[in-house]
Amino acid sequence: MAGRRKRQGYDGVVLAAPAGMAYERFSTKTAHWWIAGALRNSLKAAGLTPGDVDGFSVTSFSLGPDSAVGLTQHLGLTPRWLDHIPMGGAAGLVGLRRAARAVQAGDADVVACVAGDANHVDSFRRSLSGFSRFAQDASYPYGAGGPNSCFALLTDHYMTAHGAQREDFGRICVSQRDNALRNPNALMKTPLTMEQYMNARMISDPIALFDCVMPCAGSEAFLVMREEDAQAQGIPFARLTGAIERHNAFPEDPIQDRGGWAMDVDELYQMAGTRPEQIDLLQTYDDYPVICVMQIEDLGFCGKGEGPEFLRAHDLTIKGDFPHNTSGGQLSGGQPGAAGGFIGIVEAIRQVTGQAGPTQVAGAKQAMVSGFGMINYDRGLCTGAAILTGEGA
Amino acid sequence: MSVPIERPGKKNPQLRTPVPTLPPVPRSRAALGLTAAAAEGRFMLQHCGECGAVQYPPRDACGKCLSGDLRWQDTDPNGQVIAESTVRVSTAPYFRERGDWRIGTVRLAVGVSVMAYLHGDVEQAGPVRMTARLDRAGQGVLVAMPPRATPNMEDDKILREMTCDPRHRRVLITDARAPDALALAKAFLDAGATKVFMGESEQWRGHAERAALSALEGVEILPLDVTDTRSVQELAGQIGGKTDILVNNARFIRPGGLFARGDVTFARDEMEVNYFGLMRLAQVFGPAMAGRGADGVNNAVAWVNLLSVHALSNLPQIGPFAASQAAALSLSQALRAEVHGGGLRVMNVFSGPTEDAWHQPLPPPKVQPKALARAVISGLRGGLEEVAVGDVAKDMLARWREDPKVLEYELTRMGGGDA
Repeated sequence: MAGRRKRQGYDGVVLAAPAGMAYERFSTKTAHWWIAGALRNSLKAAGLTPGDVDGFSVTSFSLGPDSAVGLTQHLGLTPRWLDHIPMGGAAGLVGLRRAARAVQAGDADVVACVAGDANHVDSFRRSLSGFSRFAQDASYPYGAGGPNSCFALLTDHYMTAHGAQREDFGRICVSQRDNALRNPNALMKTPLTMEQYMNARMISDPIALFDCVMPCAGSEAFLVMREEDAQAQGIPFARLTGAIERHNAFPEDPIQDRGGWAMDVDELYQMAGTRPEQIDLLQTYDDYPVICVMQIEDLGFCGKGEGPEFLRAHDLTIKGDFPHNTSGGQLSGGQPGAAGGFIGIVEAIRQVTGQAGPTQVAGAKQAMVSGFGMINYDRGLCTGAAILTGEGA
Repeated sequence: MSVPIERPGKKNPQLRTPVPTLPPVPRSRAALGLTAAAAEGRFMLQHCGECGAVQYPPRDACGKCLSGDLRWQDTDPNGQVIAESTVRVSTAPYFRERGDWRIGTVRLAVGVSVMAYLHGDVEQAGPVRMTARLDRAGQGVLVAMPPRATPNMEDDKILREMTCDPRHRRVLITDARAPDALALAKAFLDAGATKVFMGESEQWRGHAERAALSALEGVEILPLDVTDTRSVQELAGQIGGKTDILVNNARFIRPGGLFARGDVTFARDEMEVNYFGLMRLAQVFGPAMAGRGADGVNNAVAWVNLLSVHALSNLPQIGPFAASQAAALSLSQALRAEVHGGGLRVMNVFSGPTEDAWHQPLPPPKVQPKALARAVISGLRGGLEEVAVGDVAKDMLARWREDPKVLEYELTRMGGGDA
């Protein structure tokens, strides 16, 4: 086919009212309850009512047998635009892009993007065994290690190919724990030292305990609306200056060493009219540290294979020179199912609108958020990224 | 090299026998193609009938050209490990109970990457030969083997789980009078079986191999008449809890077609031994063995049926006998389903004419007792479900796979009319 057209900008579209519910390791509550709670908090932050929501975008693994459709009746919403996004850790970015276009085109004025999941005892095992057809047929039967084992293989390959050491991944985990200690809602409340990281028990070599997220129940939400409406209501907002997504990128790679970001990152910076050095903070999808390193590389902060050196040269904490996953991310905050892919977006909106409170990065005006989801078999298939700007703290 | 498994000591009867658990069972219909390949010990993957692209994981449409014409074909098993891990924490009880599992990503020479178990002797980032095997749930899984044999490689933990190696196990052979009995007993003892029980009917009646059998260390001859329910129950009461592999070689055969016989007398005897005999054994030994599927190093692992390849397609010269074999084959499928929960493998060994008095006038090739015994042992070591022994059976099985209806015509019409 002739040259592909470039993505058009998101002029006039903003993100606002970041909100969530404090996570719980195990909860008797359902996904419906968690989603309702986050939506309620988001609307409260914006000073809006459920009747003001005319677009609704939902992400959840544990909503079955319901989908977004059932939720409209359950929650008493009457939207004129509805979406359900089964893309795990990339669903936040994908949902954001679709919602922005709907608002831009006038299909909806206020889209509520909400993600939430329940976590009951034994939910995790059940969700692993039936995650996808390829996982059921070709990865789960090999030790049933779940994503720990899939990412162990990617990590082992990355270490061999690029000379990374376990300490390099440890820097990500240790600095995120440091950030999480400022976040009152993070599940992890005690400091983590490099020594503790290195001495942790192996889960699936070379993945050890602190490389893994803790599954929990929780929810996150934000609103997508017109800039003029946000201004009229006096709601603090972040502008969306660029966004990309890609699925099943580089299928010929024998094993995942890069994600779809690498295909689209140049256009992302062009859309936003910015460069990596001008990004004030980065929120990557952090189900395992190796995938954070791939995002740092594929999003242009350093070259392929230079991740370990980059980590050694930078301070990833809130007060550091490369603030990363400032709320503690999933590694220290907890992984609330599909809402894990919303954490970075919600935190980035807070940061560039100066509402991050204890985790606020001084002078943060431009943030990058990245999503990654769905280990269908041996690699994550969905990737997305966005750049948000705001007035800052 | 692998660490040799030590011979287990006596079982402590006060301890609870572990309840068998299984690795994950669910598979898509496409993925069962790998199970079918593993049942015969073949490494097969789907190849696109249009563009030739090799596919993995199994699917319903070609990942290159979208064609729906995907065919399971024998595939070059060579590959190289490009990543590995040891799974130490698992959500499934089966894996948890058995400790650590070595897995890896293997890039095959045919250009696809697969997740597989790694044999302990596979070198880090080393070359491998891929095999498809049945796991304890009887489902096909990929196991990467070292390219060349290594010392004690069969004692590797993963391989021991996937196979039914007779080493350190106790075997019941149901008919000491059968022409293949002595060869089978010797083969099992040579393969490291700790005990070979031999069932013998009508013990007052002598037979040619009795002295030779009695002289073998490790052989114990016990009364068993598969046509007598009480006899089967009595033997099971005695050794049902220590039978790890059961080989049903009891067989009644008389030559003669449907019209030549004139009545159902012989046919009834054939059904009594070949079909009801299997049923009697299955009803008593089946549950006992399935309950011991996780009973340590010498757990119950396999049930072997020796069948005529004419169980698949009738040969009119022995038509009524072939019908009894077809009945036994069908019952073996029911048995396989019933013992599945115990992780027990049901292996059917199909042979053509065997070298014995009842096949005396037939031309060669005929299956020698030693060849039959070798096929049984190697089938168990490979963890197979389906084995064809001898050229006749292999040829017949190949024809049956190609087109069962055409094979029926070949067997039932080619001999008649104007030859």
